[in-house]
Amino acid sequence: MTLSPALRKWLLYAGVAAVVAYCLAPFYWMLVSSLRRTSDIFDNSPFPTRISFENYLAVLDPSQSFTRALLNSVVVAGITTVLALILATFTAYAMARLEFRLKRLVLTLIIATSMFPVVSIMVPLLKMFVDMGWINTYQAMIVPSMSFTLPLAVWNLTAFFRQMPRELEHAAMVDGCTRGQAFRKVIIPLAAPGMFTTAIITFIAAWNEFLIALSMTNKAEMQTAPVAISKFSGATQFETPFGSQMAAGVLVTIPLVIVVLLFQRRIVAGLTAGAAK
Amino acid sequence: MVTTHNPPAPRMATAPPGLSRPRRRRPRATAGSGRLAALLISPTLLVLTVVVLYPTIVALKDSLFGTAGIDPKTGFVRDTDPFVGAENYTAIFGDAGARFWNAFWNTTFLTFTTVALETVIGVAMALIMHRAFQGRALVRASILVPWAIPTAVSGLLWRWIFNSDGIANALTGRHVLWTTEGFHAKAAVIIADVWKTAPFIGLLVLAGLQVINKEVYEAARMDGAGPLRQFWNITLPLVKPALLVAVLFRTLDALRMFDLPYILIGAQKTSVETLSMLAQDQAANVRFGPAAAYAVILFLYVFLIALAFVRLLGANVVGDDEAGPKRGRWLPRRRTEVAA
Repeated sequence: MTLSPALRKWLLYAGVAAVVAYCLAPFYWMLVSSLRRTSDIFDNSPFPTRISFENYLAVLDPSQSFTRALLNSVVVAGITTVLALILATFTAYAMARLEFRLKRLVLTLIIATSMFPVVSIMVPLLKMFVDMGWINTYQAMIVPSMSFTLPLAVWNLTAFFRQMPRELEHAAMVDGCTRGQAFRKVIIPLAAPGMFTTAIITFIAAWNEFLIALSMTNKAEMQTAPVAISKFSGATQFETPFGSQMAAGVLVTIPLVIVVLLFQRRIVAGLTAGAAK
Repeated sequence: MVTTHNPPAPRMATAPPGLSRPRRRRPRATAGSGRLAALLISPTLLVLTVVVLYPTIVALKDSLFGTAGIDPKTGFVRDTDPFVGAENYTAIFGDAGARFWNAFWNTTFLTFTTVALETVIGVAMALIMHRAFQGRALVRASILVPWAIPTAVSGLLWRWIFNSDGIANALTGRHVLWTTEGFHAKAAVIIADVWKTAPFIGLLVLAGLQVINKEVYEAARMDGAGPLRQFWNITLPLVKPALLVAVLFRTLDALRMFDLPYILIGAQKTSVETLSMLAQDQAANVRFGPAAAYAVILFLYVFLIALAFVRLLGANVVGDDEAGPKRGRWLPRRRTEVAA
């Protein structure tokens, strides 16, 4: 098969355009729909005929308690990320740097838990939390979220620690540092980019969690943002507020998209090094 | 101070010596102590024991109990669930099992079709991205967008797209009620899931492509291999380790699918109810016994699929270079990283 270089180039451009369109078109549609007026929400023109922020105002209206849901999401995902990152840093260091028996088995077990169906732990935990009176609390969402964020963080950080040259630590220890000091003064600062990336990936995983947050809450003021938007209802039950839903979707997604765009290179490295969700 | 001695490690080394395979040890100045390792690892293991292992055992126990009466005051179940033995499991094979089997086949069907489509589209995306030098940053940025969008939001977004007056019907010029019961509901879930996750497979496969030595292709070209032959005989075998890990992750993730059908189509819809949705629905209606039984079955299902991937196909998820020679031919010898 011989294609002229010019044709090849154009085919490649077409392919790139197809990939970009595939990824962005639905997102673009959400953005455009969120900017339409309620009266022309079913308008299918590629640009809004008149840009309006009424959907955003409706979403941020106190009656929807959506701002509260956003705050809940920040608290739950934030605390989950911090806890997972602290525990994972120690474990990942041991996995990457220390030799001990059953290391492979332990690492396999930790990673295996991240593939666990969340519903399998959600069912018994729901029963337990009902008994403990934890329903509608932050800890009822944070604790189960550790089941998937912690393995994710361990795995990502292990991959990052493995990539760091051992010689730096050796040099520090030859110069009189203990292993602990070498870890604190040499490894942690050098691993900061990796830890930052892991934090982003873990945060996104926690932020996007739905099943636990849905099951552990039944009060609107304790719902996280993904649960809250799934329950948006219009003035009457026959009217689905698509405009507000799209506006809420944009509000929940935009912070993630901005972070992802800013740190795309690192996130791609982290995702592929840890090969994680 | 470097501790080079190996004290009897607590916790980590309690298994009988027969269990730990003798491993080739590389002499290293940092050969660490088991005690330190145990100290560093035990918090993680403790947390995972509390949030994963213990609930799993409780789920096993709960699945042997029936449903007690509902407390009228709180609306929650009383502690006095009657012991019913394996009844929750045997019920699956009775008249009441129809909903379970429907959920089981839905889960299997959705997993198989989504992962197959995602793999094909993902590999195609990776091949395009691998060739593209101009606009690579743009492609990489856009490919991360579907990944970063919460599944709940993507469910809403696609429900809007598949609305009866939505853009999907407008573009195709048809009037399909996508989100009502029927095969089109499955199709809607498949399309939405493939959109969100195919780029992720593309990303992992791209990482695998970037470590393939270009000289291999030159040699193949000299031998007269066409592009198709090169793809089948070089690209695919060499990218297999990365692809296997990506497909394994997607498969296990698809088996526990919940958010997307729940939001896109709705709860308790026969066409798209998955095992996760069934278990959650039972638990939400305080039928913890059957819910736990379904959760245990889903867990076993996921476990068996994961085992099959690792044993039969040799997927290496740990990604280290210390595996024994038995662990399969397709081990990546080094970690891959996108060098973009």
